Amino acid sequence: MKSGNGYKVIGSRPIRHDGVDKVTGRAKYGADLNFPDMLYGKVLRSPHAHAKIISLDVSQALEYPGVKDIITGSDLPIVEERIAEFGEIPENMRFLSDNVLASEKVFYKGQPIAVVAATDIHTAEEAVDLIEVEYEILASVTTVEEAIAPDAVVLHQSLTTNTLGEKTDIPTNIASHFRHENGDLSLGFSQAETNGVVVERTFTTQTVHQGYIEPHTATAKYNPDGELTIWTSTQGAFAVRDQVAEILRHSASKIKVVPLEIGGGFGGKIRVYVIPLAALLSIRTGLPVKITMSREEVFEGTGPAPATLIRVKIGATKDGRITAAEADLFYEAGAYPGSAVGAGANCMFTAYKIPNLRIDGFDVVVNKPRSSAYRAPGAPNGSFAAECVIDEICQKLEIDPLEFRLFNGAKEGDRRPTGPIHGKIGYIETVSAAQTHEHYQSEIDILKRQGRGIASGYWGNGAGRSSVNLTVNGDGTIMLLEGSTDIGGSRASIAMQAAEVLGIASEDVRPAVVDTNTIGETGVTGGSRTTHATGLVAIRAAEDVIAQMKGQMADHWEVNQVEFADGAFSSSNKSCDFKEAAKICAPVVGSVTESTGGAGGGFGTHIVDVEVDEETGKVEILRYTAVQDVGTAIHPSYVEGQMQGGVVQGIGWALSEEYVFGENGDMKNSSFLDYRMPTCYDTPMIDTVLVEVPNPGHPFGVRGVGEVPLVPPLAAIANAVSRAIGVRMTDLPMNPGVVLKALDKI
Amino acid sequence: MAIVSIPSLMRDLTNEKSQVEITGTTIRELLDNMESEFPGVKERLCHQDDGIERISPYIGVYIDGVLIERGMRSPIGPNSEVHFLPAMGGGC
Repeated sequence: MKSGNGYKVIGSRPIRHDGVDKVTGRAKYGADLNFPDMLYGKVLRSPHAHAKIISLDVSQALEYPGVKDIITGSDLPIVEERIAEFGEIPENMRFLSDNVLASEKVFYKGQPIAVVAATDIHTAEEAVDLIEVEYEILASVTTVEEAIAPDAVVLHQSLTTNTLGEKTDIPTNIASHFRHENGDLSLGFSQAETNGVVVERTFTTQTVHQGYIEPHTATAKYNPDGELTIWTSTQGAFAVRDQVAEILRHSASKIKVVPLEIGGGFGGKIRVYVIPLAALLSIRTGLPVKITMSREEVFEGTGPAPATLIRVKIGATKDGRITAAEADLFYEAGAYPGSAVGAGANCMFTAYKIPNLRIDGFDVVVNKPRSSAYRAPGAPNGSFAAECVIDEICQKLEIDPLEFRLFNGAKEGDRRPTGPIHGKIGYIETVSAAQTHEHYQSEIDILKRQGRGIASGYWGNGAGRSSVNLTVNGDGTIMLLEGSTDIGGSRASIAMQAAEVLGIASEDVRPAVVDTNTIGETGVTGGSRTTHATGLVAIRAAEDVIAQMKGQMADHWEVNQVEFADGAFSSSNKSCDFKEAAKICAPVVGSVTESTGGAGGGFGTHIVDVEVDEETGKVEILRYTAVQDVGTAIHPSYVEGQMQGGVVQGIGWALSEEYVFGENGDMKNSSFLDYRMPTCYDTPMIDTVLVEVPNPGHPFGVRGVGEVPLVPPLAAIANAVSRAIGVRMTDLPMNPGVVLKALDKI
Repeated sequence: MAIVSIPSLMRDLTNEKSQVEITGTTIRELLDNMESEFPGVKERLCHQDDGIERISPYIGVYIDGVLIERGMRSPIGPNSEVHFLPAMGGGC
């Protein structure tokens, strides 16, 4: 039976295929894996944020009973400097290898220096303490301001500024610089100055972590025939395989990566950390080796989102038309180049028509853990700055913030501020839906220091290579093999797309995420690409299956032509449904690997009400509504879950989360007790509104949905707090101390 | 001919022109023709990967508003609009 959207399966809410295993605790995660004779690895990490390694003596640790091996940076093959693309952010192989195990210098507290493999974890931990390291401690830089100062300590003497392919000869901490420039900026600002308003502000955000529940873990087992098997928690099994192959100079064809269930990633489980270390120790000892990080190691030794310093200036005429915008973005890359400043610049003004624009972006290295992708990487920071300035303009011009966005908002055919023309998008539809929502029509009590904030956000979404293998069983059920690790319910959403094409129930498709030897090359689960790209490939595989079965049914019925529609095969005088046909045709196998395109960008518009306690400075979220163009919602419950999850993370960025560093660049709050992520006690029910503007780049209109919802919350909450207390908030997180300071209470 | 938008930091190579018209049915042809007319362009936009010239992973190429996935072989229409922008990355 078809639902209101014209589909039978798309848009329904079946129980997820992996649900029973998850709720009964039977699902296998990386740390659950054990082998007889398995060794346990423990990493020795740098206690200093910046230091030269003068000497490293492992002899005493090696003699400790139970210790089987120790590796240091000198045991890794020398990796050439080259750029490779494993996930979504390009990797410099030399930097990647050095981040896995430092060679001559350490660039952040927590950087790995040596790894012990022992018969049990306690022995490994004790042996780590026996490794003697002599350091020459160097001055460190832990903020953008320090790093770009003229007399700054330079982290990498070989690093010079890359300005769109052109390099300087001067060592610096600014790894790259780019610029977007369109129109006549001075003309645009003069129009606003003479007939409107210009607002300029500087904003800061702090280093924040994805906070995935499951820590990084890897188990490696090497066979004497050269075959290396790795079980791990990752967003991309093929990306892991290729990184390990590069770092260890081991043939990719002799590496099998088995992705186990993943307890969250959000971009942080694409780059490898302990995986090559477990692999090398297994190669050297011939025994299985497992390394699992502690939470402290996850905070200090993996890739958080970068802290940023952003200056934004926007001009608008009295009637609310944006005439010009400019921005300078400084993103902390951490110890090695490669922050997401490019995406921040690309996304921050994309919701608007802006005729005159300049954005300069700078990627800056500092003595902190190497920054990594985190859900719409770079976009929350830039949009926080842009959307706060827009809100201040609305206040100064006394224009409703949603009316302002309707007036300036981008539609299909409009030119993006950075140049390209928008395809089919649904931004205006999100603003309209927010405007008519009961939340926006409701009253707030300004006498109680309540405020309402609005912000919009954009993420470009990705496509790329995926593989799906479908096997039709004799009973009409389907085995669906895929290479996309399932973070947010994608197994169900991909199975549902295949089911829709085949005309069967979602429950009749059994999806499985399989290893790198069992399925074709598949890109990472990242960039909000999986339901779009792997779903599209599943559709192609299902279409292939139908084509094969039509041929077989033609032979069976001895007719020249067989049609397939509404889940049934038919010829001129015969017909049968898919299950009956499967009895005749099975087994049928459809296998497709394809590099897809057609990812449609996504927009969201959020409404939030807050109440600020003037005595304590605490900000309470009273009500939150997230509106988003989701293209076509395959499984609406999982779309809603993505939106709610993104908002909760945004509440953390806005109100409580930050890495707190000491003077020497050491993290002071590397536990969940002290690194304050929001819990259910900090968040109200987050209402969601799914706006469906189908993406023409996908047969069912799918757009990526996972990253957009983290883009607006920072600014939405900051705008709400600013309106509640009458002070413009520019620095995150807005914890009680920051709020009390804004109120001149401390 | 395709209209190619020149990033402002590369306009020193195009006599400060922000847009140029270039022939080419693929990105490779377009870049080859741009290189002939404006020497140095490929050094800024491309890199060598195992001896093969590819678009730099730090650059995103948009043809008619769509971010391309096929690299140098991506087809270009006779009136296409091409942009070279800093690349984006994703996280979840």
